[in-house]
Amino acid sequence: MAQALINEGALGRNRRVKRLGRLCLWLNPLVAYFFLWAPILVLVLFSFNQSKSVASFTGFTLKWYSNILNNVVGAESAFSTELMLNAFRNSLFVGAIATAIATVLGTMIALSMARGSFPGKRLLDGLLFLPVVIPEITQAISLAIFFKVAFDWIHLLSGERVFPGFHTIIMAHVTFNISYVAIVVRARLADMDPTLEEAASDLGANPWQTFWRVTFPLILPGVIAGALLAFTLSLDDFVITFFTSGVGTTTLPVFVYGLLKLTVTPEVNAISTIMMLLSTFLIGISLALQGRGASRS
Amino acid sequence: MSRWFRRSQKDGSLLALPTALWLLVFFVLPLVIVLGVSLMSRGRGGVAQMPLTLTHYERTFGIFSIILWRSIGLAGLTTVLCLLVGYPLAFFISTRRRRIVQQSALFLVILPFWTNFLIRTYAWRILLGEEGTINGVLRALGIIGEPLQLLNTQFAVLVGLVYGFLPFMALPIFASVERFNFRYVDAAQDLGANETRTFLRVVLPLTMPGVLAGCALVFIPSVGAFVTPDLLGGTKGLMIGNLINNQFGGSGNMPLGSALSIVMMAVVMLSLLVYVFGNRRGAGL
Repeated sequence: MAQALINEGALGRNRRVKRLGRLCLWLNPLVAYFFLWAPILVLVLFSFNQSKSVASFTGFTLKWYSNILNNVVGAESAFSTELMLNAFRNSLFVGAIATAIATVLGTMIALSMARGSFPGKRLLDGLLFLPVVIPEITQAISLAIFFKVAFDWIHLLSGERVFPGFHTIIMAHVTFNISYVAIVVRARLADMDPTLEEAASDLGANPWQTFWRVTFPLILPGVIAGALLAFTLSLDDFVITFFTSGVGTTTLPVFVYGLLKLTVTPEVNAISTIMMLLSTFLIGISLALQGRGASRS
Repeated sequence: MSRWFRRSQKDGSLLALPTALWLLVFFVLPLVIVLGVSLMSRGRGGVAQMPLTLTHYERTFGIFSIILWRSIGLAGLTTVLCLLVGYPLAFFISTRRRRIVQQSALFLVILPFWTNFLIRTYAWRILLGEEGTINGVLRALGIIGEPLQLLNTQFAVLVGLVYGFLPFMALPIFASVERFNFRYVDAAQDLGANETRTFLRVVLPLTMPGVLAGCALVFIPSVGAFVTPDLLGGTKGLMIGNLINNQFGGSGNMPLGSALSIVMMAVVMLSLLVYVFGNRRGAGL
């Protein structure tokens, strides 16, 4: 109480500082949301701008979008609708295969980590955590060097020349996706009641039956969520793909990078807007599915 | 089959084996090769060859130390700025009374995050360019006559990094604040602590796990950033990630690139150690 009285009677300067602090706390969220959204809104806005400028808005047009669809973009932007669709197909192909492999491997190790106990488990646990935290560029160049060395050896031993391509991208994507799948599935396993498995085996189910009839249906939403996360990460990845892809295996982010590096054109803004809508739509669907999966169980 | 499954269920090691092998071949072995290559000489075309040498590490800490320190400095500054913006933001979201408002406030932080990183970074090229939106608006308002050089500076890289990684800071802190019981604030103030003291002695320590996790999640990718400095930094904002990338082109130097990334890994491991140590000390308090 005495302390409170002293606070009340504190110097005016102190109170002004306090008021300024309050004001800053109020302004902070406004500034933060403005900061987060302004670049995206500006990008979308100028994809509808009549002039090529991104400095002032002169009028509404859809011509940049129709340019993309009609493939009449100037040679300077190195763009063709066909190339973009091809890159998108490549992304889907790589994403689907890498997701399938990573989901199986990630789920297996998650089960092993949650239920097993063997020497070296903690070490393996740490190893599993590493691909999530080390910078992408480190993983990217280590894989690039690894593939180069491996292909040199193959050439030396068998005389056969191997080049990077879909297989290298897929192997790279599986490697970083395993950890994410494992983390998601493990979270699901941690929430699961282990007595259900015990009950199943008490009732005479063998471990194989217990797994497929009890454990797997219960962790399925986690497995699906992990697979969706892996697919999203795979579609979105640029750095690691950039370093492990070969000729003719350009994925969508690598293709987009080529465009963005060149110049700021209204068509690039339009493509970016389309891609933003697309990824928001995809993630929205996957979250809706996850929500349904979680509420059903 | 059933016996195999029973055995693997008993100790779980067989179940982990395929994944462990995969990680060993495609994650551990490549890192070991990078370490080996970083100690070798540069051959023709930038590839590695014998004999062993420490030249690349000398150069990393010699002429390239300015870029190394710039990367660490920019990453540190990014972390501090994200913390200054993210901490109050997390409190703002967490203290919304109505659920729908809170959910929307959270959603508005996450949604920009769903856009591809390349495109989010590219958006800043539009804003910061010489003929860009910020210069356009400032000139239209008559505040400046000549366009400011904003793009291709360290400032642009800093803005891009903060923009790219702010949610990594805000979300873990939000999770911590959600667990924080605001009655502790009342208790501290009833016991006579003023606001500063309450914050420093009660609020901050109890939300420290989120702060530490956020700092690690922002600092580590910032140190290794490649896309942000590449698209926004030009030559003035070159970071270690770009330097590594440059070693893998036509006139590159693979052993030097390897040495640079080993040093970067060491920086990352060091910051992870700080994180783990900080967490332990926090738990012991």
